[in-house]
Amino acid sequence: MARNQHPLLEIRDLRIEGYADEKWFEIVHGVDLTLHRGEVLGLIGESGAGKSTIGLAAMGYTRDGCRISGGTITFDGIELTSTPEEVRRSLRGARIAYVAQSAAASFNPAHRLIDQHTEAPVQHGARSRRESAEDAVALYRRLRLPNPDEIGFRYPHQVSGGQLQRCMTAMAMSCRPDLIIFDEPTTALDVTTQIEVLAAIRDIVEQFGTAAIYITHDLAVVAQMADRIKVLLKGREVEEAETRVMLDAPREEYTRSLWAVRSFARAQNQPPAPSETPVVSVRGVTAAYGATTVLRDVSFDMHQGRTVAVVGESGSGKSTAARVITGLLPPVSGGVMLDGAPLPGDFRRRTREQLRQVQMIYQMADTALNPRQRIGEIIGRPVEFYLGLRGVKRKQRVDELLDQIELDPSKYYERYPAELSGGQKQRIGIARALAAEPKFIICDEVTSALDQLVAEGILKLLDRLQRELGLAYMFITHDLATVRAIADEVVVMKDGQVVEAGPKDQMFEPPHHPYTDLLLSSVPEMDPDWLTRLLQARGVENIGEAASARMDGG
Amino acid sequence: MSVWSLLAKRLGLGILTLFAVSLLIFGAVEALPGDIAQQVLGQTATPDALAALRREMGLDRPAVLRYVDWLVGAAQGEFGVSMANRRPVADMIGPRLLNTLFLASVAAAIAVPLSIGLGVMAALWRGTTFDRTANVATLTSISSPEFFLGYILILFLAVQNPVFPSISNINPTMSFGDRLYRTMLPALTLTLVVTAHMMRMTRAAIINLLASPYIEMARLKGMPPAIVILRHALPNALAPIINVVAINLAYLITGVVLVEVVFVYPGVGQLLVDSVSRRDFPVVQACCLIFAATYVLLNLSADVLAILSNPRLRRPKT
Repeated sequence: MARNQHPLLEIRDLRIEGYADEKWFEIVHGVDLTLHRGEVLGLIGESGAGKSTIGLAAMGYTRDGCRISGGTITFDGIELTSTPEEVRRSLRGARIAYVAQSAAASFNPAHRLIDQHTEAPVQHGARSRRESAEDAVALYRRLRLPNPDEIGFRYPHQVSGGQLQRCMTAMAMSCRPDLIIFDEPTTALDVTTQIEVLAAIRDIVEQFGTAAIYITHDLAVVAQMADRIKVLLKGREVEEAETRVMLDAPREEYTRSLWAVRSFARAQNQPPAPSETPVVSVRGVTAAYGATTVLRDVSFDMHQGRTVAVVGESGSGKSTAARVITGLLPPVSGGVMLDGAPLPGDFRRRTREQLRQVQMIYQMADTALNPRQRIGEIIGRPVEFYLGLRGVKRKQRVDELLDQIELDPSKYYERYPAELSGGQKQRIGIARALAAEPKFIICDEVTSALDQLVAEGILKLLDRLQRELGLAYMFITHDLATVRAIADEVVVMKDGQVVEAGPKDQMFEPPHHPYTDLLLSSVPEMDPDWLTRLLQARGVENIGEAASARMDGG
Repeated sequence: MSVWSLLAKRLGLGILTLFAVSLLIFGAVEALPGDIAQQVLGQTATPDALAALRREMGLDRPAVLRYVDWLVGAAQGEFGVSMANRRPVADMIGPRLLNTLFLASVAAAIAVPLSIGLGVMAALWRGTTFDRTANVATLTSISSPEFFLGYILILFLAVQNPVFPSISNINPTMSFGDRLYRTMLPALTLTLVVTAHMMRMTRAAIINLLASPYIEMARLKGMPPAIVILRHALPNALAPIINVVAINLAYLITGVVLVEVVFVYPGVGQLLVDSVSRRDFPVVQACCLIFAATYVLLNLSADVLAILSNPRLRRPKT
């Protein structure tokens, strides 16, 4: 790294304002950033830290409703905030490129991938269309995409998420930029796909000596990618250091608290007695959407006071299993038992008592709460419906429930969901499920939309409620760190089937099913050498989609 | 679902709609007091003469049979004979339908590119004076009655500045250029009526997409605003635009009655108005059925085009 040259990007005292409620207010409060050629800087922080806003500002770009209100952004000697828009535009795509979080949404659905790839080089006069198309194929090959000669001629909807994300990285490379902004490029991907994309990005950035700003909220990911890490909190820098220094000895309290999140774990409960009747038992369930079979002969049990984590990638059938248990999707064959008695397949044919016992907490607390109802109404409704409490008794019960989820009833009873933070909304979702006084709760990715610190609070709350109330949880997740923290038993699903099931301590000890092994080994660790070692140990051919697909044959 | 099964479904629905409309038309005429024989012979006709004419016209047969006959005939382009002059309805409508289609085509050739162009520019320069002016102007024109707009155009373009003739009495012997010249005022009137709807839909459909991540991506690739709108937003906004264009084209054919009357244009609309006042039921029925078929056909083509404009439907996953 040539530190003696002048920096490629120098941001000084950057201030950005956002427009809301008819006034401008500052969201980034004077951030400095220096990036040298060929260097990778990790920007981490929770949602609202201003990571993406700063990343886009490095391109001289602000989203609608934002504006740069102070400071300087100097890219290779050009001051971006004062230069005309035409100059900024001539830099974007050509010398500073962007890789977005969701490739599926960021590729234009109306055009072929290769036409979108060649657009920037042609526009900026870097290459002819033909040269750029040939280069695209070379980049696709370099990024180990399947059928590199042909994949560019597909439309975005014909390519999988992980492959699209690599196509987007290739597109960012199309003009051989000096700097690429990676904005959470793997957040929307499954772990096994993520690792493949990470390996591809790291390889190509090193290959071309491109400088990069890597934005993420995932510390373990940034540890693999970045030379230096800058931690942000609410639009301010917390600290910045070399990756290894930052991981070993974070200076600030906030950084240490981020590091500590993953340390939450509760003791595994004793296995249930063999004679104990499971609260909910899924027996040989096969289910289908129309002609497509999505669950094949799935069986597992859930016992009182215990947590079963159901893990698997998107499309593995986890959420479908939940829909079968709740009666939203009647199974084709097999069935569900509640306390040893069979439950009707269709929720319409279940009694109120049967409905009461099975409750659900959703991933997106935002959309799962009626925005036009006050908190008291959201929680009060199931109290009245299932327990028949009215008037003062109902109010008392709602207050109790709010106390249980650690929200002050006098403050929150009259509020609307929009006035609550993400973590508070999820707590309301939990209270609504508890209001029915169920024996069994399905938690569908309840922490995946939350920041890590907030997620940990939710996990601790769920754990406390389980101990106090003896609840059985079915915990649907793709996050193995969460599994480690809270599960008693683990069920691993792939393509609608259970590939492995057992107590947690066994699941994290080899030997296990090759798919479980692939899944476990794909979870990034907080060790900057983790990806390098893994690639050395397994080889690039034995990670990600390719490895996962090979298992289907076996 | 494949494109073909989707198309077959839409086609089937269209035919079903036409069938329902034909029932409505026939039923409505049937429900009117008096019948054609009474209408032809007048109030003073003798019962014998009435019965003879009814037999001759087949009116003594049950309504169901007459409906089937009418429908089968209509499917083959035979709509019976006019009561007013005993000429075949098809011969009366044919040339006029061509005239109406000519007027609609001229109006569409002006209005569709104009409104989509204005819509794109309004989206590109949204919030500017251009955007506001275009919005206000088109809204004003759509809010005014067609005959009023027609007379305003006559006042400015025929009376004060004699650019175009105020009477559009075209006939088949005229050259194409001459017909175009004489059709210009009614075509401009229709353009003023339909532009606002199409322009505002184009603008809204494009602006709706501007917050999409792929639009941001195009901007971050350094694309100029015009290319962002034309290459990245417009293709994805085509489906709603095509639909609103189809509705307006259908209006150009079926809603021209007033404009044709104002400009004395020999189209189907004129014929319909005349036939209603003469109570010439076979002609009215035929006109209504043709109008309904126009709507169904145009909407069907809109569906086809919308499907073709969407790669996700055109090329299903491999």
